[in-house]
Amino acid sequence: MLAYIGRRIVIALATMWGISLIVFVIIELPPGDAITTAMSLQAGGESGTSFIMTDEEMNNLRRLYALDRPLLVRYVNWLQRLAVGRWGVSYTYGGYASPTPVWEVVSDKFAMTVAVTGAATVLTWLLFVPIGVYSAVRQYSLGDYAASFIGFMGMAVPDFLIALVMLFLVFRFAGVAVAGLFSPEYIDAAWSLGKLWDLLKHLIIPGIVLGTAGTAGGIRILRANLLDEIRKPYVLTARTRGLPEMRLLLKYPLRVALNPAVSSVGYVLPALIGGSVIVSVVLDLNTLGPVLLEALRGQDTQLAAFIMMLIGGLTVIGTLISDILLAWLDPRIRKGFTG
Amino acid sequence: MQQTHTASSRAAPEAPPALLSVRDLATHFPVDEGNVVAVDGVSFDLYEGQTLGIVGESGCGKSVTALSIMMALSRPGRIVKGEILYRPRGQDPGPDEVIDLAALKPDGKEMRAIRGAEIGYIFQEPMTAFSPVHTVGNQLIEAIRLHRDVDGKEAKSLAIELLRQVEVPLAEQRLDAYSWELSGGLRQRVMIATVMASNPRVLIADEPTTALDVTTQAQILDLMRSLQQQSGMAIIMITHDLGVIAEMADYVAVMYLGKVVENAPVDDIFHAPKHPYTKALLRSIPKITEAEEELATIAGTVPHAYSRPEGCLFHPRCPEFMAGTCDARTPPPLPVSPGHHVSCFLYGDGG
Repeated sequence: MLAYIGRRIVIALATMWGISLIVFVIIELPPGDAITTAMSLQAGGESGTSFIMTDEEMNNLRRLYALDRPLLVRYVNWLQRLAVGRWGVSYTYGGYASPTPVWEVVSDKFAMTVAVTGAATVLTWLLFVPIGVYSAVRQYSLGDYAASFIGFMGMAVPDFLIALVMLFLVFRFAGVAVAGLFSPEYIDAAWSLGKLWDLLKHLIIPGIVLGTAGTAGGIRILRANLLDEIRKPYVLTARTRGLPEMRLLLKYPLRVALNPAVSSVGYVLPALIGGSVIVSVVLDLNTLGPVLLEALRGQDTQLAAFIMMLIGGLTVIGTLISDILLAWLDPRIRKGFTG
Repeated sequence: MQQTHTASSRAAPEAPPALLSVRDLATHFPVDEGNVVAVDGVSFDLYEGQTLGIVGESGCGKSVTALSIMMALSRPGRIVKGEILYRPRGQDPGPDEVIDLAALKPDGKEMRAIRGAEIGYIFQEPMTAFSPVHTVGNQLIEAIRLHRDVDGKEAKSLAIELLRQVEVPLAEQRLDAYSWELSGGLRQRVMIATVMASNPRVLIADEPTTALDVTTQAQILDLMRSLQQQSGMAIIMITHDLGVIAEMADYVAVMYLGKVVENAPVDDIFHAPKHPYTKALLRSIPKITEAEEELATIAGTVPHAYSRPEGCLFHPRCPEFMAGTCDARTPPPLPVSPGHHVSCFLYGDGG
């Protein structure tokens, strides 16, 4: 088991290196750099300032920020800085005069992002496991058809549309606007039980919206896997052994059928950040998704790179956790059985 | 409509009442494509300490008959008529103290007090009969704790004892093994141990040696026989292998398309077979003493599950087919000698 985990960690590190290459290439792809972006923003600015840099001034700035060095050098420099925790600064947050460290930009939103997606994930699991089991055990029953119908709807309807409809319904019937994560009076308040409760109330709708697709998919996958497992001879064997049906179901087929669900746990972590951009915009959630969108559009390279590295890192860590969980759950993976 | 007949009319005059009497059992699988008649009016008796062999080709309803007795049919299978009369442990022999298993709720408490506890079931494929993600010890101990009132520690030592009883070497280490880490023979031994955990009175063995090589096959059969001698349990041996029947069975039921076409003591089956199907089965055994060039086979194939023939089910493949009789009426079981019944118009005045 230790050797298995060790192997996985080595692979994870190699993957991280690969991701860093791709991220670097992506942020270098668009023509121009942060200086030209800043220039064009200045030039097109509505403030009407006629502050236009000369080429020489721009080149000086490039030298100052080491943007004139060869690609490979810049890549290695960047990697070195990442490794020692100098993750860079964002120029869109704080401006050129006093750029904000990217970590501050991100950490500010990070807790909220985790709260929103965490709520959605918990809700997803609470819903799809019992519904999936019911659907499989009572295959072709009215309840199964209902679950399948809702499941397909949940998968087919885009999240942001569900978000809009929910917003409308809640506003129409409860008379409250539920966008955002806090009521106005709590936004700048210090943390208190009241603020936490307010946050939990505001998490319900994002939780439902973001959880719908996951729940729908989960129901379908669990139902299909469980139906496969229930027909396996070892289930029949356990039944002929005299095991009560419920204990039988929980101990044997469900355990095996949950494998794919467990392996999807890994995708939850990156989805914490990157998975809810549009919904976050629609529901006005103060999460990282919109920040990444802005950073990419504004060529705020260090911020964009940091967020992408974060998403990549979380994907790798999530997958690592999934792999370890799976190995712990399934001896065939742990012992490398391929039959 | 097949009439109820019993094998209890066999020789022994003061024979004890049967442990298990199956009466006119019918099990259907209504699926979208049609109704599959898997078992069609099967009757037989099983006595303590004896082995009943059920023999027939693949798809003749042997396994479904057995799973019906266990009340462990997979969906959409269900028993549509008939009785499965079982005389539970601890009751005096008598015609009245029987339970009709077919009338019990499949997952009810009463059925679970019998399934696994009094009637054990051994599967053909020990590979897939164990959960791949639980150790065999876990499953063996589960069986012990389901049927015996012991704590975890006692169950573990009982498990080791059981494994020794079925001659598993290194019993203690094997508890921590997964089924896919064991050889086929060992797996089947562990399987037998899980079934013996409850000390059953009836052991249903569904092709227990089919997936094993010949040497292991003989060892497993020996093991089953010695366990039977120790415990006096009755065995229902389901197989398509007449060699296994010859070695194990006291009494044989030959099944074809969900019906018992002939039942008789084992010697009669081999030395005085009556039904053309039984004869055909016997002809298709390869003999090492005869230098035959070609092995006899049974003409045709088993009919499709949705299109059962009219009249005698075997008539389209029968070498002694009588037009106008065999394809018109269903032959009833007919006694031809003590304990020997055959469902064929060649005998009696049916033809």
